[in-house]
Amino acid sequence: MSPLVEVLGLEFAYPPPEGRRARAFRLSSLAFSIAAGEVLGLIGPNSAGKTTLIRLLTKVLEPTGGRIALDGTSLGTLSRRELARQVAVVPQEGPPAFSYTVEQLVLMGRYPHAPGRFFERPEDLAVAREAMAATGMLDLASVAVETLSGGERQRAIVARALAQEPRLLILDEPTAHLDLRYQAEVVGLLRRLNRERGMTILLVSHDLNLAAELSDRLLLLDAGKIARVGSPEEVLDEALLAEVYGCPVSVEKSPGSRRLLVQVAWPDASDEGG
Amino acid sequence: MMAARRLTLALTTLGGLLLLTAAAALFVGSAPVSPRAVLSVLGGEKREGIEAVVVLSLRLPRIAVALLAGGTLAVAGVAFQALTRNPLADPAILGVASGAAFGVVVGQLFGLGSDLVAAVGLSAFAFAGAMVAAGAVYAIAATDGRLPIQTLLLTGVIVGLFFSAAITVVISLLDFNRLGGVIHWLLGNLAPVSAGSLAVFAALAALGVWLVLGRARELNLLALGEESALQLGVDAERLKRRIFLGASLLTSSVVAFAGPIGFVGLIVPHLLRGLLGPDNRLLVPAALLGGGVFLLLADTLARTIVAPAELSVGVITAFCGAPFFVYLLRMRYRGVP
Repeated sequence: MSPLVEVLGLEFAYPPPEGRRARAFRLSSLAFSIAAGEVLGLIGPNSAGKTTLIRLLTKVLEPTGGRIALDGTSLGTLSRRELARQVAVVPQEGPPAFSYTVEQLVLMGRYPHAPGRFFERPEDLAVAREAMAATGMLDLASVAVETLSGGERQRAIVARALAQEPRLLILDEPTAHLDLRYQAEVVGLLRRLNRERGMTILLVSHDLNLAAELSDRLLLLDAGKIARVGSPEEVLDEALLAEVYGCPVSVEKSPGSRRLLVQVAWPDASDEGG
Repeated sequence: MMAARRLTLALTTLGGLLLLTAAAALFVGSAPVSPRAVLSVLGGEKREGIEAVVVLSLRLPRIAVALLAGGTLAVAGVAFQALTRNPLADPAILGVASGAAFGVVVGQLFGLGSDLVAAVGLSAFAFAGAMVAAGAVYAIAATDGRLPIQTLLLTGVIVGLFFSAAITVVISLLDFNRLGGVIHWLLGNLAPVSAGSLAVFAALAALGVWLVLGRARELNLLALGEESALQLGVDAERLKRRIFLGASLLTSSVVAFAGPIGFVGLIVPHLLRGLLGPDNRLLVPAALLGGGVFLLLADTLARTIVAPAELSVGVITAFCGAPFFVYLLRMRYRGVP
């Protein structure tokens, strides 16, 4: 079966920075694919290129070389609306500039499906309500987005992405700034979406344990290059992570299960005294 | 649909209010015309005499200009607010009105001849001035494609001050006899304009409203930030250019025909947002009617408060708007250090 997303020899460089101290950033010859129904975890240190890659996959940025294909069609030939019908992003997004309700926010996800129409159609409202039901947001439909808690807002944005009825869902740090309970909720929601609807998911996260827990495969980016792609066991390798993150890392298998536990190998406090 | 029903309800209510205000304004003024005389003029029984002149040639055109200018300014406010993702944006605060005013006084230096030529010519000068000012504010205030509120407001004030100074320079070059008229216009006033000018004004305003209203749904998505809007399928660059053009056109048409009247674009959208919510598909048409009602009320007040003399309507809107702006600023930053 051909992959849903295929990235071949992808190159990207930001225009040369104006400040002399700023470092030039580039992605060079990235090649990977995402199979339909797969959860791919995208990990890597800060400024490894994770956000840039999301922007390239959603045509916010244009690659300087190589190609990205969605189900065999080059991204360059798809219009923004066509792309937004297939790829939805859950970004790290603050509340809207004006006081929109949850329902209004979720209905915005219907825009790519009915462009040129002034108001949404009844079927758009039905899809939006279904998306709110899937994320447990129906009760909060008429609440203003800026009054929601961090976890609720995250779920509202996931509902908006679901209203796009995408084939690929991209999440950018979905659990950042969320407490443990909301993290557990988001993990449960993503797992349900993947298993029950066969949603293909690209999960970008700093949390290696979360990424390992949810993903079929991990893609480790380092300074604009792919350091390794493979199963969580293959990628979460002590020596590799230590090299990429530049600090000692320990990876343990939790007893009784195949779960991996990644953490910084903290130096003992007593060692730092000298 | 919910939104469509609410739009109908809002437009019906505001439309009724507008007709009521306009009808009432026909009976109010410094000239001693009895209500009975007004009715007989409107009924067509009286076609000559002082009463007919006052009602048909003074009050009626003035009401038309007030409704048109107020609605246009309020829509310009909604557009600038959506564009900058900031409820404090307004054509006057952003310096765009001053730019347009500068364009108009430069245009007057050339003493454009007949009425209709003058109307079109001054509009063109005003539009050029508005575009220059808005472009300058945008270029100065934008950092990494974003418009931080403090920078935006400060830049708007600075650009506005610059163009005010430039206006002073041009005024000192003007013929002394024309000085009074220009100053009266600069304060914002709704002196009746000829039917031809009114038609030009209405056409420009209609074009501006169409540019904004036609993309009201996309403007809602812009509130999420540009990147999210792009990822939802909105061509954000084209949208911004179109709204920028539309809002500048709306602002400059008012400035050319009624002078720089401040704060209408701030007050009216804010009040309507409180009633209708932030959906631009409701807000833009509601602002068109609500702005008209607001400015007509302000102008009626300006005509009567110090009768038989009259104030410029810009004075009234500024006296309402300045405290309102302070209130909004305090509300927005309440609890934020």
